Amino acid sequence: MHIDWFTVIAEVINFLILVWLLKKFLYKPVLKAIDEREKRISDQLRDADTKKAEAKKEQDDFKGKNIEFDKQRNDLMNKAVDESNKKGEKLLEDVRRQADILRVNLDKALKDSYETQSLEIANKTKEQVLIITRKALADIASQNLEEQSVNSFLNKLLGLRENEKKQIIDAFKSDANPLIVQSAFDLQEKQKNDISNAVNEVVGGKRNIQFKTKPSLISGVVLSTDGYKLAWNISEYLDSLEKDITEATK
Amino acid sequence: MKLSPDQTVFWQHGFVHINLTIITSWAIMALLIAISGLITRKIRTDFRISRWQCILEMLVTTINNEIKDIGLNPPSDYIGFLGTLFLFIATANLCIILPWYQAPTGSLSTTAALAICVFFAVPFFGVEKRGILNYLKSFVEPTFIMLPFNIISELSRTLALAVRLFGNIMSGGMIVAILLSISPFIFPVVMKALGLLTGMVQAYIFSILATVYIAAVVQKVKEKDKPLTVNKISK
Repeated sequence: MHIDWFTVIAEVINFLILVWLLKKFLYKPVLKAIDEREKRISDQLRDADTKKAEAKKEQDDFKGKNIEFDKQRNDLMNKAVDESNKKGEKLLEDVRRQADILRVNLDKALKDSYETQSLEIANKTKEQVLIITRKALADIASQNLEEQSVNSFLNKLLGLRENEKKQIIDAFKSDANPLIVQSAFDLQEKQKNDISNAVNEVVGGKRNIQFKTKPSLISGVVLSTDGYKLAWNISEYLDSLEKDITEATK
Repeated sequence: MKLSPDQTVFWQHGFVHINLTIITSWAIMALLIAISGLITRKIRTDFRISRWQCILEMLVTTINNEIKDIGLNPPSDYIGFLGTLFLFIATANLCIILPWYQAPTGSLSTTAALAICVFFAVPFFGVEKRGILNYLKSFVEPTFIMLPFNIISELSRTLALAVRLFGNIMSGGMIVAILLSISPFIFPVVMKALGLLTGMVQAYIFSILATVYIAAVVQKVKEKDKPLTVNKISK
């Protein structure tokens, strides 16, 4: 049990060299590797935290955007619904208006058609009535009736009012042509004289009178010159009736 | 029978000589450096590492944590000295499993050298962390009368370190040698196995004691620097 001092010194030197070498080859690289790994882990954890925070932020953003999108979609949907409702109402209103116009037009057309038909019927009726009347009166026309017609004409001529007489006098006076007396049948001489006398009495003076026969008068007498006509005949009545009916059906 | 490997001298020139202790120490040093160099040459910092790197990292981390637990912070300042102390002694003691091997720690010269290293490391770290004056003041604490006792304490604990390790390892080797001559089968193997355990325990004790001595100086320094109130609370 002795100490070899050279060995002691050698071992001290050996140990110090070993300390230096192990520091270089063992502790430093290993501790460095561990530190780097820990740093990497902490970096990755920090990155993960950052990414998590970013992801959370993005998630929140997306949630917010989704809410906004939903709101916008709902707004747009409501707006579209409102617009479509308004448009629908407008279209409905247009259709109603057009339907009203069409109905009015239809009513008017129906009314016009009805009136046209009514008019046609009235005209037809009038024509038929007049045809029947003319035919019936023509059938029953006779000498006696002609006499009554001449009488009626004379009464009418003599019973003229003053202003009417004046018109006839003026018309007949200014006219140099002969007066024409038309009748449906040939007048007898007496009747011709009576008429001539009556005319002369009314006109005042002797006028040249021509007598003509015109069967279309049916029955009656017509006194005419170019500018004036005085008549009593059934045809005239029928013409007057036709005129009245035509005016009534307009 | 040679009690120490110092007595096996291979070459001598005056005071200078190469004995078995030195040769074995070089071999252990070469082994440690070769293993460390080979593994750390391909060291990786990512998460997929080799099993050898994993073993080295576990070893270094364990030593680091031990130093930290005793109170030396940051442990990376001390691991060079204390870690090497443990690894050298542990490797030297574990190799007793090899035939004809004589541990350099069975030589009082080696253990004395290691104890001397510790003896100088304590003031080195104390001065480094505290400053020379504060370190020297610790010898007259709590009173000036304690100065000789403190000096004796420093010296005696160094002597104790050296003799404890030497005694344990040398005795282990001696017992095996004696038993081999008495009962050459089986029993020496058991004693060698026990020697492995003793060797590991001694390596642990030696390095832990060195750590405690350094920590005692460094922590005393730190405690003195702290305010009184904090000191009271910490007590």
